[in-house]
Amino acid sequence: MKDLTKTLRQISLSAWFGIVVVSVYILVAFFAPVIAPYGETEIVGGVFEPWSDEFLLGTDNLGRDLYSRLVYGARNTVGIAILTTLLAFAFGSLMGVLSATIGGWLDQLMGRSVDVLMAIPQLIFALLLLTIFGTSIINMILIIALLDSTRVYRLSRAAAVNVVAMDYIEAAKLRGEGLGYLIFREILPNITAPLVAEFGLRFCYVFLLISALSFLGLGIQPPTADWGSMVRESANLISFGEVTPLIPALAIALLTVAVNFIADWFLHRSTGLKG
Amino acid sequence: MKNKNPIDNLLGNAQVSRRRFLQGTTLAGASMAVGGSLLSGNVLAEPVPRRGGHLKAGLAGGSTSDSLDPTTFSDTFMISVGFSIRDNLTELGQDNTVKPALAESWEAEPGAAKWTFKLRQGVQFSNGKPFGAEDVIGSINAHRGADSKSGAKALVEGIKNISADGDHTVVFELTSGNADFPYILTDYHLNVGPVVDGKPDWLSGAGTGLYLLEAFEPGVRAVLKRNPNAWQTEFGFFDSAEFIAISDDSARQSALLTGEVDVINRVDTKTVHLMKRRSGIRILDVPSRTHYSMPMFSDMAPYNDPNVRLALKHAIDRQEFLDKVLHGYGQIGNDHPLGPAFRYHAADIPQREYDPEKAKFYLRKAGQEGLTVNYHCADGAYAGAVDGGVLFQENASKAGIKVNVVKEPNDGYWSNVWLKKSFVASNWGSRPVEDMILSLAYLSDAKWNEGHFKDQQLDQLIIAARSELDESRRREMYRDVQLIIRDQGGSIIPAFANLIQGLSEKVSTTGQIGGGWDMDGGHFLKRWWQS
Amino acid sequence: MHASISSLVLNRLLLGVVTLFVISIIIFCGVELLPGDLAQEILGQSATPESIAAFRQQLGLDRPATERYLEWLLGVVSGDFGASLANGREISELMGERLGNTLFLAGMSALISIPLALTLGVLAALYRNTAFDKGTSICTLTAISYPEFFVAYILIFLLAQTGFFPSISNISGDMSLMEKAYRTVLPALTMTMVVTAHMMRMTRAALINLLGSPYIEMARLKGVSPARVIVRHALPNALGIVINVIALNLAYLVVGVVIVEVVFVYPGLGQLLVDSVAKRDITVVQACSLIFAMTYVLLNLLADVLSTLSNPRLIHQR
Repeated sequence: MKDLTKTLRQISLSAWFGIVVVSVYILVAFFAPVIAPYGETEIVGGVFEPWSDEFLLGTDNLGRDLYSRLVYGARNTVGIAILTTLLAFAFGSLMGVLSATIGGWLDQLMGRSVDVLMAIPQLIFALLLLTIFGTSIINMILIIALLDSTRVYRLSRAAAVNVVAMDYIEAAKLRGEGLGYLIFREILPNITAPLVAEFGLRFCYVFLLISALSFLGLGIQPPTADWGSMVRESANLISFGEVTPLIPALAIALLTVAVNFIADWFLHRSTGLKG
Repeated sequence: MKNKNPIDNLLGNAQVSRRRFLQGTTLAGASMAVGGSLLSGNVLAEPVPRRGGHLKAGLAGGSTSDSLDPTTFSDTFMISVGFSIRDNLTELGQDNTVKPALAESWEAEPGAAKWTFKLRQGVQFSNGKPFGAEDVIGSINAHRGADSKSGAKALVEGIKNISADGDHTVVFELTSGNADFPYILTDYHLNVGPVVDGKPDWLSGAGTGLYLLEAFEPGVRAVLKRNPNAWQTEFGFFDSAEFIAISDDSARQSALLTGEVDVINRVDTKTVHLMKRRSGIRILDVPSRTHYSMPMFSDMAPYNDPNVRLALKHAIDRQEFLDKVLHGYGQIGNDHPLGPAFRYHAADIPQREYDPEKAKFYLRKAGQEGLTVNYHCADGAYAGAVDGGVLFQENASKAGIKVNVVKEPNDGYWSNVWLKKSFVASNWGSRPVEDMILSLAYLSDAKWNEGHFKDQQLDQLIIAARSELDESRRREMYRDVQLIIRDQGGSIIPAFANLIQGLSEKVSTTGQIGGGWDMDGGHFLKRWWQS
Repeated sequence: MHASISSLVLNRLLLGVVTLFVISIIIFCGVELLPGDLAQEILGQSATPESIAAFRQQLGLDRPATERYLEWLLGVVSGDFGASLANGREISELMGERLGNTLFLAGMSALISIPLALTLGVLAALYRNTAFDKGTSICTLTAISYPEFFVAYILIFLLAQTGFFPSISNISGDMSLMEKAYRTVLPALTMTMVVTAHMMRMTRAALINLLGSPYIEMARLKGVSPARVIVRHALPNALGIVINVIALNLAYLVVGVVIVEVVFVYPGLGQLLVDSVAKRDITVVQACSLIFAMTYVLLNLLADVLSTLSNPRLIHQR
């Protein structure tokens, strides 16, 4: 308990900011139906109505309340992004560390398979897979997670190779420690920093990829509200200096900054640096 | 004569052709009316075109897989290139009536099953080859026959035989009478190219058109220069031009706003109102026969019950569709394809309204309360198709119908979804005459009978009207056609879309623009001029 | 040492060829699995069963897939990529200029973004947790939170509509280098915004990760200045990760520019690839994919060689 309060006290201001923002997002996502004044898909007004008491952020191109869609968007967008990134990291980092530790044929096999997957342009590959398997949300999560995990694999392997070459690993091996011990007690803790930093970024790349896919006409099924597609739908307005498309984009940006501030703090803490 | 306005010339030609055209039977009434309105426009203030200048056009509808072979043409970029460098036998004028092009005049035998076209004398292709009957025959034959891979194959299927009668007369024999045959020849696929050994030479880009192709990179640009030896004299005002393929809506808009290009097509309806406010930009908003349809398979449950079809037809708010999907740029439809721009549009047929109660009534009648349907769409069908689906979903929920909007990939939409799934979004480009759209999509055995609606009486009416030369009888037939399709057919037709072009004030046009395809039917380079 | 490096290179080059071969099979199968084929996609809405059949027969699409693949493979092995199925143009002719354009854009973006990212990364690690650090983080993170097309639209609004730069970058062979560069500024800036954050953040993270190590502590205790600690002591050991991240982003600059090309009408390979996938023009898809894959394999190899050189432990591992 004392440890916890001590840790809490040590959290930097920016990390607090990050934690607060992420918590607010999660709360909003959780209580979306309570917070949003209108339904997710409900058409309640005219096209592109201005900001007013009735419609806090105006309406979109079909006359749906933008604020309500933003709130519901939190639910879909954040949920998908978290799930996808976690999947990608669980799979990618484990395989990366395994490859680095065991080496040999596993390393070769994994390395070459990942090379093949990464060498195919990501957007095109996603387009191919989504067109073949269909654009359901599950497919989208799995496919993006698979593509992202290749990047995570590379990074974690590169970081782990450096660690594996260290003397203390050699020592642990000589002590006869098992593979599990090596991975979870010796290697992973020593490569968390780059992984956490990568997590912060990969997290927002998921939004970007979904948004890019919606640019090519593949995206989340309508009328589901998600921020990436919302940016796409109204993006044309930016050429005329309208702020509407900036709102969902800012929602993504705020979350990205928040998540990365937490990652920064974590990075800082794990290196044991003070100040 | 030299200083005369091109519009007058055009009219003059039209009158000549009209006189020859079936001795004033089918078209006379319609063209008279159009001619009248054109003349009155003339009296107001028709600007006098100026020669010279360079036109830069930013066009949607180009692809890196484009080819100069017109059998593969399908979108604005290549259509516009085709009409700039080549000509057809006939041309759809800005008043949407047929005009002479490489054919000077034409005559039909009674029954309209045999057509004789007199070709223009002394015309030369840009590669020096003199133009004659063999070029016409070879070019049209490129679309015909068992091994044709042309997009116009269905269009020319009614041609039984083409033969030359001397070097400058071509005779078309049709399998059955078609009073609108000269209109078919205006189709953008049916360019005439120089024919060597029976095969047209498409890829060199040689043609009889007003412009010469200087450079062409598929999906990137086409550079054109005025052809000094062109047979046409009244058109072709710009000295040179560049078409740039810009597929992204926003990029096209920005290109116009920043003066990178002088004209663009397909202005995004979401932002037209903002575009209009910019100084130096003119929005050219042309009513057309392009229509959006929502066909359902009438031979498949639950759509095989006419009551279900009627319920769905009453469950969509067409005005809201027009306001929100087209942002007002169009006209509402009445569940048949013969919209207000058609000659034989029957304005007296009552407009079908959004009526959730009536929809519920028909559902009860069909025993289908709580109906759930899947509606497949993609913005590849037309811009806003998915939004249209979402609107329909909301409208229909008030009638107790659950519509699942399934967004399909744009990629491959026409080959995998349309004609394959039982309820989809579809889009029909402008056809100049009633029979073309009816024969393509509403005959029982039509290849693109997207609604699977099969009705003997409708078939008989369509075929009889095709060769009917009596104006009022034909009007009556087409009225019946509209009623049958509206009340029994397999499609909801919510709206007709306008063609929206954006022009810088540096470019001028006549008061009336062709409403066939966008960009003045693809003829804009010839017909527009520098202010 | 040299022997081990050169054998690594040789080894990886051979594997690279195998990778390319596997990719060609995957892409071929992928495009085959896509619903619809070239005949249907070219004809689009105006397709009829007869015209599709005729189309297929003329292009030989009615033959079995394995036969077509082997034929293509034989061609490639003998140096002939064939012609586009859609418009019959030679692929080498079709792609030559576009490849040059793609590399040009990637080069320009890399010239701006790599020095920028490394400098910012080192500075952020040096002044970690200061306002400067937070400020750069917020800026770069915000930049990558926006989808590429959106960044492009904003840049067009801010820099093209005000008349500084052209809004479309339709460069062509007859332009001078300066004009090309001028027309390419906006797409290059867009790509810079997209890749800088990643490289900068990872450089910063790799450096900070090392700052807790005993040897850095030692250097600090010896009284070495913080800047010197980072540049002389931490940076060399962080190079392995930094080089990998740079390689990834360089590859992205070549391969991932599809959307930027579309928005700026830039005639590069990405647009060609997307159009060809849409039309199922498999010879072009294959050729483009192989070029992209080759870029990736080579950059990766370079990264591995460099990071091996940067860590003597790796060289003497076996």
